[in-house]
Formats: sequence, C-alpha cells, structure tokens
Amino acid sequence: MTRRKGLVLPDKGYEVGEAAASIWIYLEHRQGKLASVSLELLGKARSLAVEAGMDVVGLLLGEALEHLAREAIRHGADEVRLIEDSQLAEFNLETFTDAAYGAIFEGKPAILLLGATHDGRDLAGRLAVRLQTGLNADCTDLLLDSDRGVLISEVTGFGGGIVALLECPQRRPQMSTVRPGVFPLLGADPSRSGEVLRIATNLRENTRKTTVLEHDEQAGVDLTQADILICGGRGMEGDFESLHQLAELLDGEVGGTRPPVDDGYIERERQIGQTGVVCRPKVAFCFGISGAFHFIVGIEKADLVIAVNSDPDAPIFEYADYCIIADVREFIPALRRELEAHRERAHA
Amino acid sequence: MPELHIVVCMKVTPKPEEIQVDPKTMLIRREQARSEINPPDLNAIELALQLKDQSAARLSIVSMGPPFFEPLLRVGLAMGADGLYLLSDRSFAGADTLATTYVLASAVKKLGHVDLVVCGEESSDGATGQVPAGLAEWLGWPLISLAVEARLEDSEEGILVTRESHGRSLVRGQMPAVLSVKSAANQPRFMDYDRKAWAFEQVPMTVWGPEDLETDAARVGLSGSPTAVTGLREADVRDRRRKRLEGSIENVSRQLVELLDPLLRS
Repeated sequence: MTRRKGLVLPDKGYEVGEAAASIWIYLEHRQGKLASVSLELLGKARSLAVEAGMDVVGLLLGEALEHLAREAIRHGADEVRLIEDSQLAEFNLETFTDAAYGAIFEGKPAILLLGATHDGRDLAGRLAVRLQTGLNADCTDLLLDSDRGVLISEVTGFGGGIVALLECPQRRPQMSTVRPGVFPLLGADPSRSGEVLRIATNLRENTRKTTVLEHDEQAGVDLTQADILICGGRGMEGDFESLHQLAELLDGEVGGTRPPVDDGYIERERQIGQTGVVCRPKVAFCFGISGAFHFIVGIEKADLVIAVNSDPDAPIFEYADYCIIADVREFIPALRRELEAHRERAHA
Repeated sequence: MPELHIVVCMKVTPKPEEIQVDPKTMLIRREQARSEINPPDLNAIELALQLKDQSAARLSIVSMGPPFFEPLLRVGLAMGADGLYLLSDRSFAGADTLATTYVLASAVKKLGHVDLVVCGEESSDGATGQVPAGLAEWLGWPLISLAVEARLEDSEEGILVTRESHGRSLVRGQMPAVLSVKSAANQPRFMDYDRKAWAFEQVPMTVWGPEDLETDAARVGLSGSPTAVTGLREADVRDRRRKRLEGSIENVSRQLVELLDPLLRS
C-alpha cells in the first residue's frame, strides 16, 4: 500500500482562458422571496456587465421557483440557471454546494457573486475551495477592470480601520461576497426578458451529514437586523429595564457594552462591539457609555448615533451625531414621556 | 469508549485599535499593535471545553503563524486544552483563505483520528469568516456554522448543535465535522490556576513545517493564494456631526423626538 502523501484534493477549478464572459449571481431565497442582497447584486452586476460586455446570469436552487427566476430577470439577469430538486427544498450546505458546483463548473463564469449572509458565506467558503479559487469576503465595493477582465474587490479589515483592494488575477471564477445594503436595490424593469435554463442534478439520495431536528424562526435575537438599537453601558448602573421600555416604544432592540454583560444585567448575545455584535442600524442610542474603541466598532456603521452621558468629556461624544450631556436617570423618563406624547399625536 | 479528539483552531491577532498603515509603503504596521488571542477563538475553545466537561475528550489547539504566537496560545492550554501545535514556516506566510485552510486541513489529517474541528466565527483582522467552510471542504466534512451550544449524542456518533441563524435550530451532525462558534455565544472561562505551571513551563509545543505536514509548496503561503492585495489604506474615520443638543431635559427630549420623527413614522 502506498503511503498517502499529506492532504490530496484533485484540482477541479478552471483557468482564465476557459472562463465565459459572464457574471453569475447566486440567488438566495427564503420563504418564497428572493433575498434583497441578491437583487442588489443583480443591479450592480448589470452595470459592471454593460461596461465589460458580459452577461449576467442568476443561479437559483430549490423547488418550484420559476416565478423567482422571472423576478431575477426583471431585476437585471439576462438568464437564470434553475436547478430544481426535492432535495433542495430547504437549504442544506452539502447538497447546495454539490448542486451549485456542478452548474458553475459547467457554465464557467468569470465572476461569481454571493450575498454575505449566513448561508451565502458558508456556500461561498466551500465552493471557493472546491473550485480552487480566490474568495474575497464581505466586500464594500466592486469594480471591474474591463481591459484585463479582472474584478477588483474593496474590503475592510481590522475592525473596519483598514481598506484593502483585492484581485484574483490567475484563477476563475473570481468570487466575492457582499453584505446586504452595500449596493442600492434598484426597481424591477417589467420589460426585460431573458431565458430560464433548467439544469438537471445528479444529487445522490441521503448523502447529507447534517439534519435540522428543530427550528424556531423567532428564537434568539439578531441585533444585526435591528433598525433601532438602544445601547446601555456602565453608566446605566444595571437599569436595563428602562432601556427595554424605550425599545418597546421605538420598536428597537437593546444592546450593551461589555461591563453590564459581564455583570449579568443583559444577555451576552446582546453585547455590541469587537467581541460582540457589529450592527448597522438606522439609529444607535448610547446611554451611559464612555465610548471605548472596542464598543465603537459595533456601531460604526450606524446611520445616526445619539449619545447621552453626564460626563461632557466622555469619548463617546466624538463618535456621535447628537450629543446630550445629561444624567441618564433623568433623561430617559423625559424621553419616554415625549415619545408617548408623539405616539398619541400620531394616532390622533 | 474511545476518547473524543477535538481540534480547536486558534489565531493570534493584533488589537484592531492599535493597527496603522504606513502611508509610504502601504504596509500594515502590525508590530506597533499588541497581540491577543482572536476573541471569537475564545468562544470556540469554550464550546470545546464544554464538550470535554461532558465526556472524555482530548483537546488539541492548532494554529498557523509565527513563533511569537506561542505564549498567547499557551493560555488555551491553561484554560483546559491538552496539546498545542503551531504550523509555522516562512513559506506559510502571506496565505489567503485557500492556502490557510489547506495547511490547517493538512494538520488535522496529520493528527490522525479527529472527531471535531471547532473554529471561531471569524478573525478580527481579516474578518472573512471563510476559514470554517473552507476547512470543512478540504476535509470533506460537514460544517455546522454559528453554533452556540453542542452536546454529544448518546451513541457518540453524532453531535447535537444549537445554532443561531434566522432564529434558532437544533441540528444533528454526523462526526467527523467542523463547527464554527458564533461570536459572543458564551463566556470563555478563565485560566485554571492549577494548570498554569504545566501550560506555560512544562508541556512542549509541537511545531510542524511543510515536511511534517507533507504540504505541496505550490499550495501554501503566497504562492498558494489566488487573491492578491493591490491597494491598502486607512479607512476614513466616519465623521459624525457631534452636534450638542442644549436646553432643559424636556426641551432636549422634544428636539430629539422631532429629529427622529421621519423614522418613527416609517
């Protein structure tokens, strides 16, 4: 018996010269709707493709999805490759990787873009290794050098402090993932037409090694999806109840800095910042928070930051749009009364 | 009953707030920043230790990086890990996800019988979050991502994982498998004082290079990395308005609610 030398994986990718002049978008869908990030990517790909004379192709996996394929065409796809199989009825990383890989290797796109969602990240990570190609994750912008046919991806690292431009010049497809909301969602164009190409799968039965036993869509909190985030720090002295009341009035979510989490005043899954959750709400309120860098990272992407602190020299005010120097114990009840009055006026 | 073998992948990262870019060379001045264990990797080791608390298990830390990682990785031994493997060679430097996961997977193969590889959700420096999936693919194992809790099935062939993505799910995975642990999913334990002398002074760290791992030179480090950095700069610090709202508390509350009015209506 010959000794096995290290880790061996056959090279299953393809070269620059073999690639087709197409940009593929993985079309993610949940509960019968295309993910907004997939539609955003179709719009972006459309403008990149026009410059470079390329086609935009959607890759759609699931069961009974013809209507979503048509919707993707209205949003910018020239063509949709549709793989329908009962084994693809629910997202399973192993089967989706197998099915997507088959279609990609067959179609050989020059560029493959996916949403940087939970499932999109996992799928992209597996596909890049199977295709032996480069993957740029969580891109904040995409450019195309049409002369070289090279995609340039802008990414941030080190907690958002560094911006890097990345390319994958020698391998294909050039893969990137992009977070929801990075590119604008363009409206549908009902006059667009395109072809829906059905692809057969050769998925083997019962090969999956993971099974979902229970699922509760409502359980857990996902602060990354919150539009309004109400954060409290050490200055709240443990009074997170008043923040929960504000959250109810504002239809927001409550988060905290590390000290109140460590002290047990708020759940760890609600910790904001470097070692917690990085959020991108429309508004972030910061109550009784001094403003350490590792917290700021978590709200850096907020559209608007409002800070309330009794210390006029607190660093948080450097990172806030609106600064209120006040004792949180006095200010929060006043704000609550004002919000209640506003709500009554709105209902009147 | 065979002992479960768990590998935890760990990385040492510079503290993000201390990173600077040299404006002339466009290189990251990493040496000016202090290092720490990549915070999500502490959540990974905590989840692995919780499994070890439940049943007989051997826990090995695997890390790819330069020798200066050693003292920080030893913290993991003091927390409860049993062995430490550093994958280190000049040729490994400059690796992107593809080359990194190749070397990590080669080490898992070399360790022989491994039931579970546990990773943090992402690193604080690169923050691609693509290592767990890439590693799972090289190994041909299933990936269960965003895990918050795990326990072994009675039969010990499967692992039951609670993961949080679009709500919460209970997933059964067949081992061997790769888990990625959701950031901040748990409270990493402190070092065990009784293990400190052993962890920092007695137990040897194993260092593996390309010969030990039998890696293909074309697949590691810069030469094995299809992606290339072509530009680098410090991000513009987001300029906030820093506008002070003044007046009585009632008056400031009213100003604030007026500012928020368009949002409250939508």
